[in-house]
Amino acid sequence: MSPRVTFPNKLLPYLLVAPQLAITLVFFYWPASQAIYQSTLREDPFGLDSAFVGIDNFRRVLADPNYVNSIQVTVIFSIATAVLAMAVAMFLAVMADKVVRGKGFYRTLMIWPYAVAPAIAGMLWLFMFNPSMGTFAYMLRSAGIYWDPLLNGPQAMFLVIVAAAWKQISYNFLFFVAGLQAIPKTLVEAAAIDGAGETKRFWTIIFPLLAPTTFFLLVINTTYAFFDTFGIIHAVTGGGPGKATETLVYKVYNDGFVNLILGESAAQSVILMVIVIALTAIQFRYVEKKVHYG
Amino acid sequence: MKTIGLTAIVAASVTLLSTSASFAVTEISWWHAMTGANNEVVETLAKEFNESQSDYKVVPVFKGTYPETLNAGIAAFRARQAPDIIQVFDAGTGVMMAAEKAIKPVADILSMGGESFDKSKYLGGIVSYYSKPDGTMLSFPYNSSSPILYYNKDAFQKAGLDVNNPPKTWTEVWDAAKKIKTSGAAACGYTSTWLTWIQTENFAAWNNQQWGTNENGIAALDVELKINTPVFVKHFDEIAALAKDGTFKYGGRTAEAKNLFLSGECAMLTESSGGLGDMVKSGMNFGTGQLPYEAGIEGAPQNTIPGGASLWVFGGKDDEKYKGVAAFFEFLSQTPIQSRLHQVSGYLPVTMAAYEETKKSGFYEKNPGREIPIQQMMGKAPTANSKGVRLANLPQVRDILNEEYEKMLAGQQTAQQALDNAVQRGNAAIKQALGK
Repeated sequence: MSPRVTFPNKLLPYLLVAPQLAITLVFFYWPASQAIYQSTLREDPFGLDSAFVGIDNFRRVLADPNYVNSIQVTVIFSIATAVLAMAVAMFLAVMADKVVRGKGFYRTLMIWPYAVAPAIAGMLWLFMFNPSMGTFAYMLRSAGIYWDPLLNGPQAMFLVIVAAAWKQISYNFLFFVAGLQAIPKTLVEAAAIDGAGETKRFWTIIFPLLAPTTFFLLVINTTYAFFDTFGIIHAVTGGGPGKATETLVYKVYNDGFVNLILGESAAQSVILMVIVIALTAIQFRYVEKKVHYG
Repeated sequence: MKTIGLTAIVAASVTLLSTSASFAVTEISWWHAMTGANNEVVETLAKEFNESQSDYKVVPVFKGTYPETLNAGIAAFRARQAPDIIQVFDAGTGVMMAAEKAIKPVADILSMGGESFDKSKYLGGIVSYYSKPDGTMLSFPYNSSSPILYYNKDAFQKAGLDVNNPPKTWTEVWDAAKKIKTSGAAACGYTSTWLTWIQTENFAAWNNQQWGTNENGIAALDVELKINTPVFVKHFDEIAALAKDGTFKYGGRTAEAKNLFLSGECAMLTESSGGLGDMVKSGMNFGTGQLPYEAGIEGAPQNTIPGGASLWVFGGKDDEKYKGVAAFFEFLSQTPIQSRLHQVSGYLPVTMAAYEETKKSGFYEKNPGREIPIQQMMGKAPTANSKGVRLANLPQVRDILNEEYEKMLAGQQTAQQALDNAVQRGNAAIKQALGK
């Protein structure tokens, strides 16, 4: 047991956490409370007439088949994005770990995409897969695949997942590389001497020892897929075709800022907040128990 | 010493006077959504107005796309920081009208400018769209447009079609599109921007069909959609059938399809007349025709309805600001300014005088096709079906329609199902927006 650090001054600890608290208050509690307040109102866009409606907005949102659709879309999108982004990043990290010459160069290249803004990443992929002028769209067409994400829902979904995952791979890569460096080389070498093949070594030694990193990234990637992918979806599909790529966050934006139904939009963001809090709590409570920290 | 002191005092008072004079200039903020060449027009207009007098200064601010500009204005109003003038697109007209307490009718403002406001100076079809049912003009028409047909003359030639005689009815369009596709003159025969504005709202008006009850929302915002009648179903059935083999190609919900035409992939396009600038710039060999109509319908073609945007003035400002806004709108209404705007941008002139002037100058002879949008809108006196389309939540209803059209074009539902769903979902959304 390490000795408990105590402050002799009663005021000092509070002063030290004050900036952090202030930021949380201004950027989380204040807007969150505003959202909760707004979610109980029915209001015209200009705020000229407003009426208190209690939980009526929530009732409407939950009874809306489009909301159920958007939950399904979000689940598919988030799982696929997180799994794809993490799997590819882990693969690349394990491979990059084996590179002897020019390690730094490779790593730098791998990290670059993280600096690309979501909307730009979206535009990039949209361009490559644009049905009329995209290079990849052209290749797909010549391969006999009818490529039209403007009308084909699954294809549009595929496109936003790949774009969203691509952007997150660098970030995951960075953490996996760091995680790999923390694994003692002796362990891996000992296993090799005992005759364990490369695949066996990965699954029995490297993968379990990477678990803390993987868990951390799982939390981060889920949150990323939930919230930070708005820019990509906005740029690539705008939620379409139909409502095939309308995630929960996109629906909050669409209902609030395009359709100007502020009460329901606020209700949706409150639900979203609850979902994310619950998700994080579950992850920490159950998944974390299975993770070995060093 | 004394003289120096005196000079100093004089100098100081002169400086003071001049600063107080510059304080007297009233700034008028103008939020807009114009990009590219149209943005330059906005900047030029503001500059010219500011140089033409010394009491007011118009300051244009670009606020993003049409919906983004509207949202920025609404958010600013809620924060009591509303701009003086805001450009709102056609679909946002109903949103602004429903917020009567937030805005100041342009008719009131123009009469504050000293000159009596004469509504007859302005083009009737456009002004009535931006007026209340009782005739009060609420916003100032800035850029009005009307959908027309663009066609690629090279592709027409290759397909053996008459280059100087574009198709006039939808049946002729479909036939030409098929010919273009089968002859290999282009990969796709026909595409269209804005399936909502062009193929639904203007399709209804141009063929004198009811789009919704209460004169499509012009008489009252309590509207029931009527777009699942056989005429609409037939039209969308035909589009869906052509979409199957790529004779018709879908470009997107707004103006994306323009690129399909500019790239040469599609040989015909229906698009806003405001898109003309880009076509000219591309240097492509194209022609224009009037919006196709449905053959065999009595009264068709009727007249098209205006699209584009108008300038709204927020309420709660002081009279000095309103006088400045009035002066600016007077400035914009001047015949030379309007004729130039019309000739440069492809948007419609707002005043009769500007139209006459452009006509007299021989502009239409030199630029055939440029008169089409005006003739389309002014050719006939509007009926209850063709005054325009107005809802308190038109952007939302258009999105619902787009979603159903996309499912139809992807082959997931028939035209009848798409339009039935659109009517049902649209009506529910309209009711909700009106708080019912």
